[in-house]
Amino acid sequence: MPEPFEPRIVAFFCNWCTYLAADLAGTSRLRYAPNTRVIRVMCSGRVDPQFVLDAFAQGADGVLIGGCHPGDCHYQEGNYKALRRVALMKRLLREMGIEEERFRLEWISASEGDKVRSVINDMVAKVRALGPLRRPAAPAPSRELIEEVIH
Amino acid sequence: MADKPKVAFYWCAACGGCEEAIVDLGEGLLEVAAAVEIVFWPVALDFKRRDIEQLADHSLAAAFVNGAIRTGEQEEMARLLSAKAQLLFAFGSCAHLGGIPGLANLFTSREVLATAYPPDNFPRHACRDNGHALELPELFDTVRPLDQVVPVDYYVPGCPPTPRIIQSALQALLSDTLPPRGSVLAPDVALCEECPRKDSRPPDLTVAAFHRPHQIVIDEEKCMLAQGILCLGPATRGGCEAPCIRGNMPCTGCFGPTSRVRDFGGKALSAVASVAADEAALEAIPDPVGAFYRYSLPASLLRRKKNGGDR
Repeated sequence: MPEPFEPRIVAFFCNWCTYLAADLAGTSRLRYAPNTRVIRVMCSGRVDPQFVLDAFAQGADGVLIGGCHPGDCHYQEGNYKALRRVALMKRLLREMGIEEERFRLEWISASEGDKVRSVINDMVAKVRALGPLRRPAAPAPSRELIEEVIH
Repeated sequence: MADKPKVAFYWCAACGGCEEAIVDLGEGLLEVAAAVEIVFWPVALDFKRRDIEQLADHSLAAAFVNGAIRTGEQEEMARLLSAKAQLLFAFGSCAHLGGIPGLANLFTSREVLATAYPPDNFPRHACRDNGHALELPELFDTVRPLDQVVPVDYYVPGCPPTPRIIQSALQALLSDTLPPRGSVLAPDVALCEECPRKDSRPPDLTVAAFHRPHQIVIDEEKCMLAQGILCLGPATRGGCEAPCIRGNMPCTGCFGPTSRVRDFGGKALSAVASVAADEAALEAIPDPVGAFYRYSLPASLLRRKKNGGDR
């Protein structure tokens, strides 16, 4: 019997809202799917599209970005930047054969622990239904020559 | 004659523009020909593959390979030249990043062939006809830049590389002043730094609407992005001296990224989305992969559309 498919979802949560909401979900003992690997970033606007592409390239089945609601950004407009990038990224990923459900941006404020639960559960269910991303294996590159620096 | 360094030029999946760029050195080419011994250059000189095969390993000072790798024959030639040359130069965007042929990574090799051949008459890797075994080079599903096939020592960027970039690469080779291996032989700054329209770029640049070059009359003095023309200068390595901008066309990114960037398209997309007024403005960009990965899809983090095989 093959192992049942468990989606691996990389989640970039902003320090000021969504990460605190995930913390709240934890202290409130809310149960949700254990499929996300949360990476804390200072702002959803800090999520370079390269981070998303790298996550997919390294085997993520989905990528979730969580930020403050519009108007609530700690840095005034970082989340608006994230919104514009995500809009364009979604179209780029569609062209690359990556389904829309695998890439998601959500506004989750520090008090919305329950939204963390519902968003993650919903995304895990949708990605599970899609199945693994199964990207072709990377070639044996000589790219070690170039230091992989992602700023 | 015997003391002159031996060099080879070869082409893989390319349009021929890189060969043209070498010829375009004009009289400079005569100086090159005087300083080196060209032992292999299929487009211009009558040498055969066996001439290279007979050479001792590492007996070439340098091999300049342009074009991406998309057939079995190109892979063989890349390996052969890699073994014979002390230094391998990826010449031009296709060898450097995959180039325009790299956009075939949005399709499988079958889909590519289906645009030209009827389904009952596809070219096959091997077949028998009239009792003869016939073989064609395999067409891979995935186009690769040179460094995904063999180790590359230097990259000469551009579609095609400009005369000045080629001259300085050759001079560095001949005078033994090459930078550390793995370097791209062009300045490590964004094109905007050397753009003749640099001063017309507003500090708080915001693009309310994007236009394609044929849709508006482009002002010849003003920053392309400030006019709503999609220009990848902010994300693209400089050194080309902005010939496209001087020709009143936007930068499309052929020199690839600076050394701090791993994925050109991701970074270019980020730069453009950051200056857009809102998401609606970005709708006017019809084909994000074609716009942001025009020369670099095979060297990107995702490399190809999901559907294809490993080859």
